[in-house]
Amino acid sequence: MTSLDSTPVENLTKSAAGQETGSPLVELRHVDKYFGDLHVLKDINLSVAKGEVLVIIGPSGSGKSTLCRTINRLESIDSGEILIDGQPLPQEGKKLTKLRAEVGMVFQSFNLFSHKTILDNVTLAPRKVRGTFKADAEKEGLELLSRVGVDTQASKLPVQLSGGQQQRVAIARSLAMHPKVMLFDEPTSALDPEMINEVLDVMVNLAKEGMTMIVVTHEMGFARQAANRVVFMADGEILEEGTPEEFFEHPTSERARDFLGKILTH
Amino acid sequence: MNVLINLFSNYNIVGAFVVNIELTLWSALFSLILGVLLVTMRISPVSSLRAFASGYVELFKNMPLTIIMVFMVLGVFGQLKFQFSNNFDTNFFWLATAGLSLYTAAFVCESLRSGINTVPLGQSEAARSLGLNFVQSASQIILPQAFRGAVAPLGNTFIALLKNSTVAAAASVATESSSLMSTMIEDNANAIIAIFLIFAFGYVILIIPIGLLTTWLSNKLAVRR
Repeated sequence: MTSLDSTPVENLTKSAAGQETGSPLVELRHVDKYFGDLHVLKDINLSVAKGEVLVIIGPSGSGKSTLCRTINRLESIDSGEILIDGQPLPQEGKKLTKLRAEVGMVFQSFNLFSHKTILDNVTLAPRKVRGTFKADAEKEGLELLSRVGVDTQASKLPVQLSGGQQQRVAIARSLAMHPKVMLFDEPTSALDPEMINEVLDVMVNLAKEGMTMIVVTHEMGFARQAANRVVFMADGEILEEGTPEEFFEHPTSERARDFLGKILTH
Repeated sequence: MNVLINLFSNYNIVGAFVVNIELTLWSALFSLILGVLLVTMRISPVSSLRAFASGYVELFKNMPLTIIMVFMVLGVFGQLKFQFSNNFDTNFFWLATAGLSLYTAAFVCESLRSGINTVPLGQSEAARSLGLNFVQSASQIILPQAFRGAVAPLGNTFIALLKNSTVAAAASVATESSSLMSTMIEDNANAIIAIFLIFAFGYVILIIPIGLLTTWLSNKLAVRR
């Protein structure tokens, strides 16, 4: 389901990549991970600068979702090192919860809290983790909901919203914690085609506003227009890394040419 | 008919059922508290707590209630000299409540665990990714949904608890219904069938509404996904 020509992006300026100053915001050094005997991440080295939009693409089973999930330690790693803002990723406990509060995550299956209203979904973490007062959290929550265009649904339950609306609420829920970086794990893969663009629009706006984003996606249109850098993964390895132009026009590896050939023919 | 009127006027049958209801309500409260603690331990990231909780559940789930009740009186009270009150009746009532609560907590824990299995993994992942710690995600996200998914098994557990409250006779609670039934049968050998039916139907009348309420609540509270 690639949408090269029907992209929601108009005039996105790709300036962030040029502003790499100081240490990277997210850095992975020699990361390895196994699921049993399966070597799912092979010596991954990657760094993401502040304000950069990094898109990870690759065939299913290539380890791109796992990579995304290791960055807030929803998956542990077997060796190597992950640094966020220069600090190594903590193991467990208070330090880890504090770190997770600063790393937003948007899931393929939305994962809104089913028993809570839309507004409660957005205000829960600021209230419980940051200790924000209810009134303040709700004021900001409504602002965020209106930013993603679902403020009129605030008192409904997640099940009453469409997939696209739910995913936009999930983005608002992450933003409510003012994260330093946001991870998107195939955010549009579970959506009906006509709802994909409304979510991509929100993501493109976030990118324009300078949010640091790591996006696992199959949306090549988004990758071309909003990414500063594209990483191509296959079989647990990073095979290519470059600007969208470089990657889409002149893929160097056979694997990437094969992959692009298969998805771009339609 | 005269037999029935005599039985009801000579014995405090309603009062005996009230004792069972009291035993049930107190035990339901305490076993619910203990069961929530146990299930929280079972899903906690601390392995020793998980091991303790599953050990507790296996032990009490597989032990006959009668043995627990007898142990409460002969062991806890008789040998260890632990008593709730100097008044014998009050003391035995609370010993029986303690025994019932310890036993039922294992089943409450198992019911809630089946409820937790209805909560998709993504819910706790979302909670963790927002920075909620274990206690916060358990109390805000997982347990509230688990309770809604566990209404039916919890209802069954409490129905079993009400019936099990008759085992309090083994803990010397002489005022409860099965003890009274034994006394009545001894005194009125000519009316055994009538006495049996009174108590049998008494429980049926008490339990049917609980079953209906459970089914209704189970549908009403179900989390829509």
